[in-house]
Amino acid sequence: MAGAANQHQTPESPPLLLLHRFPSFNLYFLPFLQTKYTVLDPFADPPDPSFPTLSKSARVMLCFGPTPVTSEDLDRYPSVEYVLGTSAGINNFDLAACRRRGIRVTSAGDAYSDDVADYAVGLTIDVLRRVSAADRFVRAGSWPVQNEYTLGSKVSGKRVGIVGLGSIGSRVAKRFEAFGCSIAYNSRKQKPHVTYTYHANVKDLASDVDVLIVCCALTNETHRIINKDVMTALGKMGVIVNVGRGALIDEKELVELLVRGEIGGAGLDVFENEPHVPEPLLTLDNVVLSPHKAVLTPDSFAALEELVRSNLEAFFSNQPLRAEVELN
Amino acid sequence: MQMCLTETERVLSTEMENVGVLMTCSMSAYLERELEKRFKLFRLWESNSKAQFLAGFGESIRAVVGDTKVGADAELIDALPRLEVVASYSVGLDKIDLNKCRERGIRVTNTPDVLTDDVADVAIGLALATLRKICNADAFVRSGQWRNGDFELANKFSGKSIGIVGLGRIGTAIAKRAEAFGCSISYHSRTKKQNTNYKYYSNAVDLAANCEVLVVACALTNETRHIVNQEVIDALGPKGILINIGRGPLIDEPKLISALREGRLAGAGLDVFENEPDINESFFGLQNVVLLPHVGTDTVETSKAMADLVVANLELHFLKKPLLTPVV
Repeated sequence: MAGAANQHQTPESPPLLLLHRFPSFNLYFLPFLQTKYTVLDPFADPPDPSFPTLSKSARVMLCFGPTPVTSEDLDRYPSVEYVLGTSAGINNFDLAACRRRGIRVTSAGDAYSDDVADYAVGLTIDVLRRVSAADRFVRAGSWPVQNEYTLGSKVSGKRVGIVGLGSIGSRVAKRFEAFGCSIAYNSRKQKPHVTYTYHANVKDLASDVDVLIVCCALTNETHRIINKDVMTALGKMGVIVNVGRGALIDEKELVELLVRGEIGGAGLDVFENEPHVPEPLLTLDNVVLSPHKAVLTPDSFAALEELVRSNLEAFFSNQPLRAEVELN
Repeated sequence: MQMCLTETERVLSTEMENVGVLMTCSMSAYLERELEKRFKLFRLWESNSKAQFLAGFGESIRAVVGDTKVGADAELIDALPRLEVVASYSVGLDKIDLNKCRERGIRVTNTPDVLTDDVADVAIGLALATLRKICNADAFVRSGQWRNGDFELANKFSGKSIGIVGLGRIGTAIAKRAEAFGCSISYHSRTKKQNTNYKYYSNAVDLAANCEVLVVACALTNETRHIVNQEVIDALGPKGILINIGRGPLIDEPKLISALREGRLAGAGLDVFENEPDINESFFGLQNVVLLPHVGTDTVETSKAMADLVVANLELHFLKKPLLTPVV
């Protein structure tokens, strides 16, 4: 049951569950967790007097969203053996520090993948067919005045390039195939049972496609993987859609290329410094902007809740964990 | 269009320069240019008085090129005694008096197939934009609201049950795309289709009662006017989404607006309206609707393909060859 014995804990007490979050972050199913676990919240209001001591005995840390888990955090909570993330991304974790301490890590796994893939397709259609821009045009009362609207670009049959053919990327591919699009991809390694065209580097991929969908994990290797060379290779008619992390793209460069018309358009759900969005983008019609919401549906949250509940039970009963992050 | 011409055809081809073709409204600069190269082009919208124009030039017109805005009604056809062919820059025929054409032995062509993909793409784009609130989110970012907090939850698209009114070329293309998102498909058509496994409903109310997203993709005829009426809207229900890429009059628009305003329908994505381009201003006050200015086929690629098909049909007619896409 509970980990190291502690004067505040009896063997019958529910296991300790340490929360790790920014003050403004909440988890809607926290009340449920509070019925099964002794939840330790650093931002409890009023403050929990037992937090400083009990937190040192907690074996499990539940990390909300993008809250960073650093080596210093892990020093502060020396009993932690398992960190649960609630994002698909794990770039906010110091994985090397976790590995050194033998700490296991799980993410949101596939919980959000359908929703994020849907969103990537939705953003692509919006950019190419100018959906948001046209909606603005109509709402402004411009249709009777201007009569015609700017032509868009056909989605069906476009060549789609996927950066990161993982859980999200493979779902994006399946969806675009139904639009008669050809699929090419770049991944760390070529996938053995996949018939899509593989490119060993992103620049080659970009020069071979019309639309580039960025949905890979953010790591040291993928930081600014979409750089000026890649975007130039994509070309004047090319469209970029990013549902990964802002830092996957050289944002300053992207903005310049968009403003100068050297790239066709972009659909962006993530940015380098959220919630800050570069000013020049706010007035462009060939750009669709989104406030990091690709996972914000009740279905994704329900899937996350199910995963968190099941992984907590599994951990405390020594069962295998789902969506475990490979640290080696 | 390259054709090997016989001597007769060469003669007919030269004579084509004198064939009077009447374009009803400004629909495509490219189409205008191509028609002008081959025929004697008259632009109805440039004359101060339609009556005067017809009185003066009516006898010279042997072909009419119309579109979804201005077609060929009985009045126009009656004013053109030498009219032989009406080539519509559209697949929809609701603006053409087909019975009159049959009576007079006038041929009618439209532009099927070349625009199927584009319209299906917009249908899916509208469903995604409506369910996932893409346009609202874009406005949220542009107005600076992201700085103050996160966007609200939206709704998942994958796995939703889709009901299609009219399983023709476009309806089928929509179904194919939706299936890649794990959606189940059902439909209502005049008759049950033999070559499909989708579930059939003999009326629109039952279809609406059994799906979450209702897509209107049928032709506008006397029978289908207001096929989506109060009963159908009620059956679709407060969580239902309505998508229309057919014709505005297929839906009882005032009933739709009330339902959206009062939350008896969750949302709508509309490319067509009862009174284009002066659409009902009540739409502008609604946040749960996406409004497009009839752009279903408005891409560079498809506009050209449609125009080429119109020109080809006209050329073939005046060369006395079989038409490519005749309706009458």
